[in-house]
Amino acid sequence: MSRGERSMVPEPEFSSYYGRPILKEPTWKTPDVPLYLFAGGLAGASAVLAEGAALTGRPGLERVARLAASGGATAGTVFLVHDLGRPERFLNMLRVFKPTSPLSVGSFVLAPFSSLSALAAVSVVTGRLRGPGRLAGLGAAALGPPLATYTAALVANTAIPAWHEAHRELPFAFGGSGAAAAGGLGMLLAPAAETGPATRMALLGGALELAATQRIDGLGLVAEPYREGPPGRLMRTARSLTLAGAALTVAGAKWRPLRRLAGAAYLAGSLTMRFGVFEAGLASARDPKYVVVPQRERMERRAKMGV
Amino acid sequence: MSLFSEGRLWGRLDDVQHDAGYDEHPPRMGFFTDTSVCIGCKACEVACKEWNEIPENGYLLTGMSYDNTGALGASTWRHVAFVEKPLTGQETDLGMPGLGPPAGESQAAESGDAGIQWLMSSDVCKHCTHAACLDVCPTGALFRTEFGTVVVQPDVCNGCGYCVPACPYGVIDVRKEDGRAFKCTLCYDRLKEGQQPACAQACPTESIQFGEVSELRLRAANRLQELKDQGVDAAQLYGADPDDGVGGDGAFFLLLDEPEVYGLPPDPIVTTRDLGSIWKHVGGAAAAVAALGVASFLGRRR
Repeated sequence: MSRGERSMVPEPEFSSYYGRPILKEPTWKTPDVPLYLFAGGLAGASAVLAEGAALTGRPGLERVARLAASGGATAGTVFLVHDLGRPERFLNMLRVFKPTSPLSVGSFVLAPFSSLSALAAVSVVTGRLRGPGRLAGLGAAALGPPLATYTAALVANTAIPAWHEAHRELPFAFGGSGAAAAGGLGMLLAPAAETGPATRMALLGGALELAATQRIDGLGLVAEPYREGPPGRLMRTARSLTLAGAALTVAGAKWRPLRRLAGAAYLAGSLTMRFGVFEAGLASARDPKYVVVPQRERMERRAKMGV
Repeated sequence: MSLFSEGRLWGRLDDVQHDAGYDEHPPRMGFFTDTSVCIGCKACEVACKEWNEIPENGYLLTGMSYDNTGALGASTWRHVAFVEKPLTGQETDLGMPGLGPPAGESQAAESGDAGIQWLMSSDVCKHCTHAACLDVCPTGALFRTEFGTVVVQPDVCNGCGYCVPACPYGVIDVRKEDGRAFKCTLCYDRLKEGQQPACAQACPTESIQFGEVSELRLRAANRLQELKDQGVDAAQLYGADPDDGVGGDGAFFLLLDEPEVYGLPPDPIVTTRDLGSIWKHVGGAAAAVAALGVASFLGRRR
């Protein structure tokens, strides 16, 4: 719903304790966590792009993507550690492995990915250790798609209605967004003769991101924070940027300035979407409506079914 | 049995300690908080703060009746809620002890507050059978004790904050000035010494009852029946059903109104019920990213 428009759906009536929130607002900090979500997506998809470039003999694109994979993973790790209440204890993340905790699983993806992508990047930049560098790059490419998508499980495996109820769509939104960002960066920085795969990856990723966020919008009351208020504005801006990237790509990706502009639009769209999803979750935790109304409806449905 | 199947991360689970790896263990211990006899004295809040050496967290007046605590949090492990309800004219004797003329006395206040019925309830961590905070904790700082309760180890917690949005009741929180997550331990230290938790010991009306969960569930059912027989139709148990969305609470309640009136979610479901679906969709999306990467290199050579 755009600004100024009034909802035709009446505000649902519900009881609360002095209007106070039922859930605790996540203590995750902004911009740390949205930036971490963005960096993970960019890094993961870049590792895939880099390996493809290496296999098909595109050294310029390989170099850009390897640096993006390693840089994104390093930046992501910094954001993640900085967000901890006790940063000096970040290694405690690796003292147990718990498949019930996406953050635990993610740590065990991020840690090897960071090392492998760093080795591959150093090898590409220095020209040394080419063999181990290629092997490391292959490993990073295998861990890339999980790195780009596990962050959706991280936010969805919570009680926050806007995140949890979108758990089927968010992984595709995040994966697509990561691919759009990785492709966008390739379009922006790779040599002209080698940008073809980056352009296609950005277009396909952007389409996946748009399709998934469109579906999230249709989830009813729990998705209201994605449509209204400041997070709604972020989500609309993200969509416009990604659409602009796609339109510019289709219009004339062969012309360098336009291609670069398209790449930048994809990157900005991906980044803005992460902030939108993060803020929508916070908004959804603040208002008891998003907890009480859907739970009451669920109870009524159950009562009707006679369970 | 798969990790994602019923009984492990959601649904009925009769021996929560055994599931957590204890072969031999004491009975599961918990609270039954009967709010129909709560007088709002806040002795539980004070006893909890004192025993657990919890720092103060503000002296602001909230304007919410007599509740100046606000909500459970990192430095509030018992919280007494005060709800002021207009009287309906059909008050019931809840069997409260009193000094005045016994006939027809109720929780309704006299004099200045005439026309208002108070609902008071001492809220606490629910010590869920399926505790989302524990399952999402990446460091293992949160663990299940031999008493079936859920406790944070402050020497392990690194303050990642994942437990905070995972809790369907909004109980656990990070203490800002400390950086780590804190919540009710059900006085783990006292339990190990055979003592009851500080709040239960301090409660003057036995609104907070501590004991074996299986026995407390019977006691709660009896009390509910007693109130229903007296015509208190609004009385309901909250968190006592082992088949509910969190597999039943280790700390459950008898309420005199709908849960949301007290700031409780009416039908919480632990997030891990959907964990299988979450990982399945992440897997699908990861495959899509890989496929999309391959597709980007097909076709024209440019």
